Amino acid sequence: MTDPEIYRSLLPLYAVMVSLVAAVFIILSDRRTLLREFWTLAASVAKFSFVLLLLPGVLAGKVAEFTFWEISPGISLALKADSFGVFFALIASGLWMLTSIYSIGYVRGLNEHKQTRYFASFAICLSATIGVAFSANLLTFIFFYEILTIATYPLVIHKETQAAIAAGRKYLVYTLTAGVLLITAAAWTYRLAGTLDFKAGGIFGDVLLSPVTVSVLFALFIGGVGVKAAIMPLHSWLPAAMVAPTPVSALLHAVAVVKSGVFGVVRVVGFVFGPQLMRQFDLNIILAIFAGVTIILASLLAFRQDNLKHRLAYSTVGHLSYIVLGAALLSPASLVGSLLHIASHATMKITLFFCAGAIYVTHHKEKISELDGIGRVMPWTMGAFTIGAIGLAGLPPLNGFISKWQLGLGSLQYGSAVPLALLLLSGILNAGYFAPVIYRAFFKSPSTPFTKGEASPAMIIPLAVTAFLSILWGIRPDLFLHFYSLAAQVSGSILGVTGS
Amino acid sequence: MIQNSPALIPLILLAIAILIPVLALKKEKLAFPLAAGASFVSVIIACYNITRILNGVRISYHFGGWIPPLGIEYVLDPLSAFIALVVNVVAFFVIWHSHGLQATEITGRPVPYYALTLLFLCGANGIIITGDLFNLYVFLEIFSLAAYGLIGIGEKKAPVAAFRYLIMGTIGASFYLIGIGFLYMVTGSLNMADVKAILPLVGPNPAVNVALTLMVVGIGIKMAIFPLHGWLPDSYTYAPSTSAALIAPIGTKIGAYVIIRIMFFVFGVSFVDKEFPIADVVAWLSAAGIIYGSVMAIAQKELKRMLAYSSVAQIGYIGLGIGMANPLGYIGAVLHILNHAFMKGSLFLVAANLRKKMGHSDIEKMDSTCRKKLPWTTAAFTVAALSMIGLPPTAGFFSKWYLALGAVDKGNWLFLAVIMVSSLLNAVYFFRILENIYLKSPLVRPTEGAISPENGNDEGHFAGKEGYSLAIPVVVLSFSLLAIGLWNSAIVKGIIQNIIPPGM
Repeated sequence: MTDPEIYRSLLPLYAVMVSLVAAVFIILSDRRTLLREFWTLAASVAKFSFVLLLLPGVLAGKVAEFTFWEISPGISLALKADSFGVFFALIASGLWMLTSIYSIGYVRGLNEHKQTRYFASFAICLSATIGVAFSANLLTFIFFYEILTIATYPLVIHKETQAAIAAGRKYLVYTLTAGVLLITAAAWTYRLAGTLDFKAGGIFGDVLLSPVTVSVLFALFIGGVGVKAAIMPLHSWLPAAMVAPTPVSALLHAVAVVKSGVFGVVRVVGFVFGPQLMRQFDLNIILAIFAGVTIILASLLAFRQDNLKHRLAYSTVGHLSYIVLGAALLSPASLVGSLLHIASHATMKITLFFCAGAIYVTHHKEKISELDGIGRVMPWTMGAFTIGAIGLAGLPPLNGFISKWQLGLGSLQYGSAVPLALLLLSGILNAGYFAPVIYRAFFKSPSTPFTKGEASPAMIIPLAVTAFLSILWGIRPDLFLHFYSLAAQVSGSILGVTGS
Repeated sequence: MIQNSPALIPLILLAIAILIPVLALKKEKLAFPLAAGASFVSVIIACYNITRILNGVRISYHFGGWIPPLGIEYVLDPLSAFIALVVNVVAFFVIWHSHGLQATEITGRPVPYYALTLLFLCGANGIIITGDLFNLYVFLEIFSLAAYGLIGIGEKKAPVAAFRYLIMGTIGASFYLIGIGFLYMVTGSLNMADVKAILPLVGPNPAVNVALTLMVVGIGIKMAIFPLHGWLPDSYTYAPSTSAALIAPIGTKIGAYVIIRIMFFVFGVSFVDKEFPIADVVAWLSAAGIIYGSVMAIAQKELKRMLAYSSVAQIGYIGLGIGMANPLGYIGAVLHILNHAFMKGSLFLVAANLRKKMGHSDIEKMDSTCRKKLPWTTAAFTVAALSMIGLPPTAGFFSKWYLALGAVDKGNWLFLAVIMVSSLLNAVYFFRILENIYLKSPLVRPTEGAISPENGNDEGHFAGKEGYSLAIPVVVLSFSLLAIGLWNSAIVKGIIQNIIPPGM
């Protein structure tokens, strides 16, 4: 594996900044609904385009880089759009476009308060997310990671009810603690390695580390990124944060924020520690055990949730650990599967959240037990829901199947059938907790007839598109955005350097 | 004239301080422009001074032409030029802001207030620039006496707080003076550079140790290092908000600066770190102070008092960085002098705005009317609070970062843990207020008159109820924290790294 060619480019900067600039315009167009929504849509399209422009270069093995300036002697605030970063940025910015359309339908449908704050925070969150994706070094990563934490807070407490404020506090306690652990880890790493630049295969190089140092450092790192990745026992902020408006849950708590967490896990595993250190000190086994336990426990807990969004949240917790598990196994296919699952879970889970939001806006129902017969009045919504649910259970022809197949393959490459068994069991559990929802929606009759029908087109179109994409990428995973090639590239770069 | 720039700031401030009572005797209104003008000129000279040393030279100015060590030497090096700039800039904004507070906070006493302010600044600038241990004592007394006065002007309980500060401050100054005595006995000199050159020749001598201890304890009181902070909470709480906003960012930082000067530039790094490890004592006490101050801040119900305890904790950051006695800790400490001056300055000004416009600064009574009436104050508070917690891209994050690097360098995990835990405790007490001012809806819809003692002063929608003179200084101080954070590396590389004490 040759090192990718690096070229200087402003594109990563534009991709990060465009929504930050948009946030300013959104705030300035306070009270002018149309203008505010225009900025959001324009920024999301522009952002996706910028990321898209980076794709050909990455596929050709060229990496765009942009350095702001030094923010600490020897460490620069720098962006680097490597294949992994572009992969994540494509998903986040692409789904932001759909979520923006959906958001507009949602806030109009509910006549939400403080929409300016809502859209501005959303835009800042996306800037931070792309910043996380393109961070060239650990300090830049922390920089955007912490901005993401703060920018999400106003969205979590958006409803301003007691429950929302309590959830906001919980969210801050978890995420700020995580940030502090991450800074500690970064400071220590800088002392040990003399650099914080992410490097495929690990940054410690020939530095000799004692087992205690490595274990504690790894624990600090995983404590730092594991909160957003919702690895148990660090997950409980996520179900609580479901009090946020549904588009927030959909994009941030199923894609941007939590995926920044798992993105961080993969960065730490593949680009800070590297496969060699991970295997040498059995860190991968420890991480895999945590992930495995999370997968099963989260699925079991999902059964107990009657609130639809809470059930989805626990499902998210479980699926995030698929990705962590794939990263921990560190075999070629498991890494590909892990990355693909970032994309697959994103399209599927966002569909489900969109559906939950559509139901809430149109019929004001949040509980699964109230959904009897809703499939007849909302065929599109519940149809999309069914597609997403089938995908999460890991059945073909959805993209959930592809990623899970790779994960299973990776498990065998690693040389153990236990992860494979866990994945299969989790698939059954997924089917188990989604089946009642679909059954109630389509085969039971409502106790009181529904007064309204389908949600507004602004909400239906996005959820139909994401459901369609889930199928499309289930059949042709490499279509349009080349997820498969990118994932294979990342996997190769992580494992290739150390020549495993 | 211009080559005398090292001596100019204290002299100008002293001259105007004396002129104010004379010129403003008949016209009280003159006091403010005189003080603001003098402060502005100080900022200009401080800027000029910093350009003179950017190439790393140390400019020695001989007062009255007498050659040191006989005469008094003023030293302009990157450290003194930098701290002088910080102090004068913050002071300028606080004085600007004080104009809007004259009617409420320093009722009928603008003349003594502004005269004392300038004396206070004269003392501060003198302490910063002097290279002579005894001259430093003289300026320290000017500085402290003015501070007692500034605190005493405040509300009913202020004179008691000021008296307490006076007693403790005098004890501190006496300790320092006795320390100098010991040092003079051993070395026969009062010039800092001279003493530094002589000390290694003296050899092990208990008198030197005693001198250092006395000086550190004495200045430690002024700096309010835990557990010598007893005077601070009451003083900051009961002093007029504008005095608190002046003393909190400047007063304790001067103490920190003197400690740095004495420990590293008079006694030397290896002496305070290895031979007589007083740096360790400072570090451990500071670490304790960080936790103590943060916990006490959480327990407070009134904003100014909370900020006072938070100051105790933040002084701990500086003390901890000094005590680590390694380059990264030192960078963290010096950078935090700047950061904390701006943060605490703007936070106390926020408290002043709240007291003037909302009529109180009780945390529990704050609600979303604050945000609606005082949008800029609230925005400034938010940025400063995020910086206090240490979130990027604000300046506070980088203080935390350098101190963490220093702690790792030192290999002291407890210090690292203290810094990180304190950041979380900061989050607890600041988010409590942020929640109130953003999310808590007012319990009863109050009539306009009931909530604000001052109505009808609405200077237009954009500036909110605070008006430009109250809003701009606060906003500038607090928003600079973003710029300082983003470009901290320029400050660190351009200035602080040029003045890392020899032997560190």
